[in-house]
Formats: sequence, C-alpha cells, structure tokens
Amino acid sequence: MTLLQVRDLQTHFATRSGALKAVDGVSFDIAAGEIVGLVGESGSGKSVTGFSILGLIDPPGRIIGGSVKLEGRELVGLPNAELRGVRGRQISMVFQDPSATLNPVLTIGRQMQLALEAHEKTSEAAMRARAVEVLERVGIPDAARRLDAHPHQFSGGMRQRVAIAIALLNSPALIICDEPTTALDVSIQAQILTEMKALARDLGTAMIWISHDLATVSSVASRLLVMYAGRIIEEGPVRDVLRAPRHPYTAGLIASLPAHAVPGRDLVQIPGSTPSLFDLPPGCAFQPRCTYAQAGCGVMPNLLREENRAVRCHFPLNGSGS
Amino acid sequence: MSEGGSFKDMNQIITVENVSKRFSPRLSFGEKIAARLGSPIETRTVHAVDGVSFAIRKGEVLGLVGESGCGKSTLGRVIAGIHPPSAGAASIDSAPVMNAAGRKTTTRIQMVFQDPFASLDPRIRIGETISEGPIAHNLVSSAEAKAYVARWLTAVGLPAEAAERFPHQFSGGQRQRVAIARALAMQPDVLVCDEPVASLDVSIQAQIINLFLKLRRELGLTMLFISHDLGIVRHISDRIAVMYLGRIVELGPTEAVYAAPQHPYTRALLDSVPKFVTDADELVSFKPIEGELPSPLSPPKGCHFNLRCPKAEARCRSERPPLDEQGGERAVACHFPL
Amino acid sequence: MIDPSSPLARFWDEFRHNRIAVGALVVVVLIMLIALFAPLISPQNPYDLATLVLTDARRPPGFVGSKGFTHWLGTDAQGRDLLSAILYGLRISIQIGVMAGGIAFCLGATLGAFAAYFGGKIEALIMRIVDLQLSFPAILLALVLAALLGQGKGPLIAALVTAQYAYFARTAHGAAATERSKEYVEAALSTPLSPRRVVFRHILPNCLPPLIVVATVQVANSIALEATLSFLGLGLPVSEPSLGMLIANGFQYMLSGRYWISIYPGVALIVLIVAINLVGDQIRDQLNPRLRR
Repeated sequence: MTLLQVRDLQTHFATRSGALKAVDGVSFDIAAGEIVGLVGESGSGKSVTGFSILGLIDPPGRIIGGSVKLEGRELVGLPNAELRGVRGRQISMVFQDPSATLNPVLTIGRQMQLALEAHEKTSEAAMRARAVEVLERVGIPDAARRLDAHPHQFSGGMRQRVAIAIALLNSPALIICDEPTTALDVSIQAQILTEMKALARDLGTAMIWISHDLATVSSVASRLLVMYAGRIIEEGPVRDVLRAPRHPYTAGLIASLPAHAVPGRDLVQIPGSTPSLFDLPPGCAFQPRCTYAQAGCGVMPNLLREENRAVRCHFPLNGSGS
Repeated sequence: MSEGGSFKDMNQIITVENVSKRFSPRLSFGEKIAARLGSPIETRTVHAVDGVSFAIRKGEVLGLVGESGCGKSTLGRVIAGIHPPSAGAASIDSAPVMNAAGRKTTTRIQMVFQDPFASLDPRIRIGETISEGPIAHNLVSSAEAKAYVARWLTAVGLPAEAAERFPHQFSGGQRQRVAIARALAMQPDVLVCDEPVASLDVSIQAQIINLFLKLRRELGLTMLFISHDLGIVRHISDRIAVMYLGRIVELGPTEAVYAAPQHPYTRALLDSVPKFVTDADELVSFKPIEGELPSPLSPPKGCHFNLRCPKAEARCRSERPPLDEQGGERAVACHFPL
Repeated sequence: MIDPSSPLARFWDEFRHNRIAVGALVVVVLIMLIALFAPLISPQNPYDLATLVLTDARRPPGFVGSKGFTHWLGTDAQGRDLLSAILYGLRISIQIGVMAGGIAFCLGATLGAFAAYFGGKIEALIMRIVDLQLSFPAILLALVLAALLGQGKGPLIAALVTAQYAYFARTAHGAAATERSKEYVEAALSTPLSPRRVVFRHILPNCLPPLIVVATVQVANSIALEATLSFLGLGLPVSEPSLGMLIANGFQYMLSGRYWISIYPGVALIVLIVAINLVGDQIRDQLNPRLRR
C-alpha cells in the first residue's frame, strides 16, 4: 500500500543570482512500513526533499510545483494550521543535531507532554505513561526517572534517542530521518541503527533515511534513492543497486570506497567536484565528470523505469557490478 | 619505562614519550576565590591525552583511530607542536618538537586539518598562504616565491593561477589541496593529518586519499593519519594505533590488527562499523558496543574500557594495563588480551 | 560562495537599501569635505586677527559686515564670522576625533589581540587594566588627564586616546579570542610563524568588522568628548577654537538673546555626531546577524 506519493516535486530558492533549483522534479513512492534510503552529497537536494515533504521550507525557498500525497491527501498548498496537524502526528522528523528538536530549558517529560497535547488532550498520567513507553522503546534506561532531566544531562547518543522518542510519541506513519547518526560515534551509531530497524519492524513505521553514507544506508534501508544535483538519478532495492549500480555516478561512488580497493593502492576516483547548482551543465548534470559521457548526454535523460529499478542515464551500465 | 623505547632499533623518526595533555576549565577570579573558600565549584580537569608513548618509523603511515573525545586530535596537535603537552614530550630525531616556553622549534613536522573552510585564512590569497611559511623560514626568497608556490600547487593538482585567488573561490576538495600544498611547501619530513577527508563530499574523498598516496610515494613522507573512519585508515596505513579515552589501547600492523584485534575495544569498534552489504541473504551487518562513552572528565579507574568490556574482571577496575608487546610487532593495553 | 561580487560590493549593496543610513553617510562625507576645504570656502579666516572688526561683534545672522560680505550665521564676541568659525572648528574637531580614534584603534586592537593570542598571565594583566579603566566614565578620565597634561593638540589627543583605547581592546580581545581557536591560526602555529605575524597578518584582519563598528562610534565619541573638554576650558588653546570652545564662548550671551553664537556651532556638532552614529548603526546591523565565517 502506498503511504506517501511524491510527484514532480520542485523546491527552488530565490537568490540574487537567480533561482536555485535545490529539488527539481523529484518523484517517488513509499509503502507503509518501508525504509527508504535517500542518498546524495551536499547540495544534491536530499535534505530539502525531506523538508519539502513536511512543508518546512522558509523563504527565500518555495515549493513551486509538484505534489506530495500522504494516504491520498495532498500536502502541498495545505494551510499551515493543517500542516501542523500532520507534522508530529502522521509524519515526524529526526535531525542530525538533536538540539534542533530539544528545548534546553524544559525537562524531557515536559517537552514530550507538549508534543502529545498538541494533537490530543488526555490525562497527565496517560501522557506520562506514553512518554515512558516510548523512551523505553528507544533504549533509555530508567525512563520514568529521566523524564525530569533536562537535555544537557544526556550524552549525545542519548539525546538523539530522546529526539527519536519524541518523533515516535504520536505513532506517526512516517519518520523522516535527516542524517540522524552522522554526528554520532560509530559505536553509538550502531546502537541507534539497530534500534531504528527494530522500530520499523515492530511498529510498522515507514522511514525516509537521508544520508551521504552508502554503508549506513545499506544496513537499514530496503530501497535506495540516489540524488544528484536536485534530481533522482537511480532507484531500486538497496542490495541490487549496490551490487549492480546502473548510473555511472552510483557506480563511481561505490567503487571509490576503500573497502573495494587493495590497501595502499589508488582508489577509483570520480574526477571533478560536486557541481554548483547555479551553474549546471546542460543535459545530464553528471556529464562533465562521467567517463561514459557522449554527445547525447547534452540532453536531459528521463528516469527510465524497468521492473523495480530506475535510472536517469542515456547509457546505463548493464550491471555486472564493480 | 616507555613502551616507545622498545622500538628503538627500528629507524624511528617521531618518539612520543609519556605525553599527557590536560585541559582545565578556566575559572573566573570570583570562582577562584569561591573555590578557595571551599565552595563546591568544580575544578575538574579533562585528561584529553593520558600518558601515551609510541613511536613513528621513518617513511611509514601510522593510522590513529578512535571515537570523538578519545584525544586523537589533541595528541596530533601535541606532535605537530600546536599544543604544549602537560607532561612528557614528543620529539623528532631526538630533538623536542617544542621548547620549554611552549614554542615550536622545528619545521620538519607540518599538519593538515579537518575543515578546509576553517584552516585557510579567508582574507589572504592562496599564494601568500602557501609562501609565507617558507619565506619566514628562508626556504625560499620572496623573489622566487611565485615559482615555488606554482610548483607546489601543481604537485597537489591545482593550476598555478590559483595563487592569485582567495579561499572562498574554491570548493572544499580544492581547499584541502591548498592546505596540503601549504604543509608540503615547508618541506616537512612528517605530516600530521587530522581527519583530512572527513568534511569532504564522498566523491571527493577518494581524490584526496589518492593525493596522499601519491605524495607519500613521491616525497617519502612519514605520516600520522588521524581518522574515525576505519575503512580509510585501513586503506592508507601501514600500522594503526587505537585510542580510547586518552590512551592507546592497541598498536600494530594494520592488516594484523584488522584481521585479529587483541583488545576487546578494537574488536567491538570493528564490529560496530556498518559493513557494505550487497548480498541479499546477509542479515544485520554490525554488532553495537554496549553502553555509552564515559565522560573524559571522570574516566573509570583502571582500564578505561572496563565499564563496557564483556571480559572485564576485578583487576581491570583497579589497575591500568600497560601497552605491552605481544610479538609480531603488536602491542596491546589489556590484562586479558584476545 | 559562488557569488562573483566581492564582500565589499555585497556590503554596499545592502547598505544602500537603508535610506537613512545613506543620507547620514552623505552628510558625513559632505561635512568632511567642507572641513577639508574650509580655508577655500569660508568667507573669512577666523584665526587671522587682522581681518576681525570689533565693531562687527555679536551681530545677528544675515548682517552685512564692514568688509562687505554677509555674515549668514552672525558674528561672535570678537566680530568673527560665525560660519567661518564653524567651518574651521569642524576641521579641528574632526581632525582630533579621527586622530584620537585612529590611535586608540591601533593601540587598543593590538593590546586586545596580543592578550587573546598569548592568554594566561599576559592576558589577565592587560584585560584587568582594561576592565578597570572601563569601570570609570571616559569623561572623568579625560578630564583628569587633560588637566594634568595641559593644553594643546598633542596632550588633548593623548587624553582622548587613554580614555578610549579600552573599548577597542575589549572588542579586539573578544573577536581575537574567537579567531585564536580557529584552524587557520593553528595552521600558522604549526608552521610555525612568529606571534607578531600571526597577530597582525592573520588574527587582526579577521577581527576588523566589529572593530570598524566600534571605530565609527568612538570617532563620534572623541569629537563629543573633545567638545566637552574644550567647553570646560581644558581642551585647545583659544587661538584654535574648536566647536566646543565656540559653544563655550557664546554661552554667556545666550540669556541676552544672542543665541546664534552658541546654537549654530552646537547644531553643527549634533548633526556631525548623529550622522556618524547613524552610519555606525547601519554597519553594526549589517555585520551582526551574519558574521561571515
């Protein structure tokens, strides 16, 4: 069943040098309970896509076109008051930096109570019980006592768990996770990845996992979307894409990982640098860095679908792997 | 005795002997008075580096890995002569890196930093950024500086014209190349690299790693490569040192350590890295370490890892394990090595 | 970023959207030009006693004097053309304000930056003295110093600098302490470069934005302080009347209805100080919200 349907989403930022097309025609579906990885480098539009779904785009940014449907209900153009009802209740968000969510002067318990009250008023005891329940769910020991603690009394990893617990409070159907483990240490990241996978499995919560790290995504997500310069350039089941990437960019990223090279030897490298969105080449945005580029690449390729895979390339690799 | 001493015969260039670095919180005048009068103002000290000894051999790349707050960056800065150590000393060919007054006395060690957006002075042209050190230390005359800068820019894969531009006109990867050129222009023997690719885009990281590999081959550099990314360290290092809460817990040839770690922390760290999974049948790809990283303000007694260690016994909670040699050039600081 | 225009061009682009600030800037520039060319444009040389006619003394604005030109702002007790006196007075006031502000800037910024660079005891010593001085009103300090050092331009500037360098030192110290911890300074330490080069070539240029804000305000303050001292008779000698002294000279005639001798120099002083402050406010507003990395 399709939970979220994004069609031709376009989010642009007005700047002095013209419109910056941060997200430029992005379409994808997310099924209930599915974890989708959204991968890209800085400036690829992956985070802006996440924010656009929630309508959290501030001027000079604006969603100038496309549609975002949650269980058939259109979210683009919805008045702010109604969007607030969606946020936190049906879709919630976890950020890279948990202090973006946590108010430093309120206790954890108070903040969770406020988050619950915003959508449904119940008794204080019921709200407390719910708060303890989700805190325990994300692995915070001694949750009932910790409700009275302030955010600064938690370590970085614990604070991220609290942020995840707040995201879970109203049992949303979808959680958008924007690099939630990037700021954490590997040992803590591993714990949180494990928790999040268990959550999705047990509660049937769908997730969009935004990250720049292919290895992290491959360990949580079942489907992968790869973005480059504001567009989706490849899509498919995570392990299929990683085993046999079809877009030269995805293939280059995978091949450049040290895990795929003999120690001490040169890594396979993608030449050039990430493109400036102000100054994109005509046609395929990856073309100047692409070793397979030909004359035809000056025309923008469409996202070609084939069974459960899709690729935006005139000359896709036929997938024998790297 | 320092464990670094036991490698004396091995052509070592950098020796780190019993180095500690403590940071005390700055107290205001009023707080000092209050503390004297017995008020419970905390004068806690962070032991960022806690009695570390090791050596780097000429021409090798030593990888230094650990989680945030383990002291690896501080240790790198002590070796590079940026922070004076609170105790102990780092030396290059037996000459201390810093004098008693806390000023660096050698140009043979240079450093490359994590964030190329912060490590280049935004108001100064690339050419001057690269040439000011060599001119100040008479490695090149002002008249020849332009050609000298061009040579190093070319060496790191940038056009010579870049000298005329300012840092903000470059991308992150290009800035990191400039930072590398600045360090190399001092003609160092040793390069300390503190997370040099961590703030770069994934597709750019490989370029910079390859540049380091090339420079190492061509210039015979000795490198201390600090990173939290175990994959990158494995790729570039000959030997690795693993740090946990201010101490080195394991040291040895890279492949041997990765294949069979002897310290429970190294084992756990390697297990918690998400593996790149392409096989549809493979299940969870990592095993997390239990528990939280303790605060460096109050590390546990004995072995710092004892709170999270599955093998910890009473002795681990009271006695600090020394970094002992295990044979095969390996050393581990554990009472019960794996 | 990718923006091709220089930071200065972007700064001006934003600045010109505030009409009040642009107006104030025009006023400041105009006054500066007038002061600079005072000898060329003023009808009379107010310092040349030979041109003064005592019978023309204390005449109201618009009076046509015995030398045949109109005294648009009237004359003072010595028969001086007030417009000329104000133009020359502005010249002296601005000269002293800018010089005192400039010297205080260099001294204070250097002290503050070195304090932040070295830290420890040196920092504690310098900043304690600065704090101590900031706890006195600047006017009090300037008064005592002006009384001790005597009259004349040099002593006056010395008094103003001593009263004001602490503001620069405090601002430079704060900005430099932030810069000190950045990686480009660590890079300079690992080279190693000399402390002098690190401070003057790297740290101080990056501390300039907040210092420029303080500088505009302090130049205005210097001018006001100088006027105050001169008004109290502790500033410049009578032979070089600054605006403060003109106001003081006319003060005794205020009650007898000859308002112009004090009021017009006062208006000139107010316009100058307000205009400088308006420009300074806009610069501060522009630099504050988006501290460039």
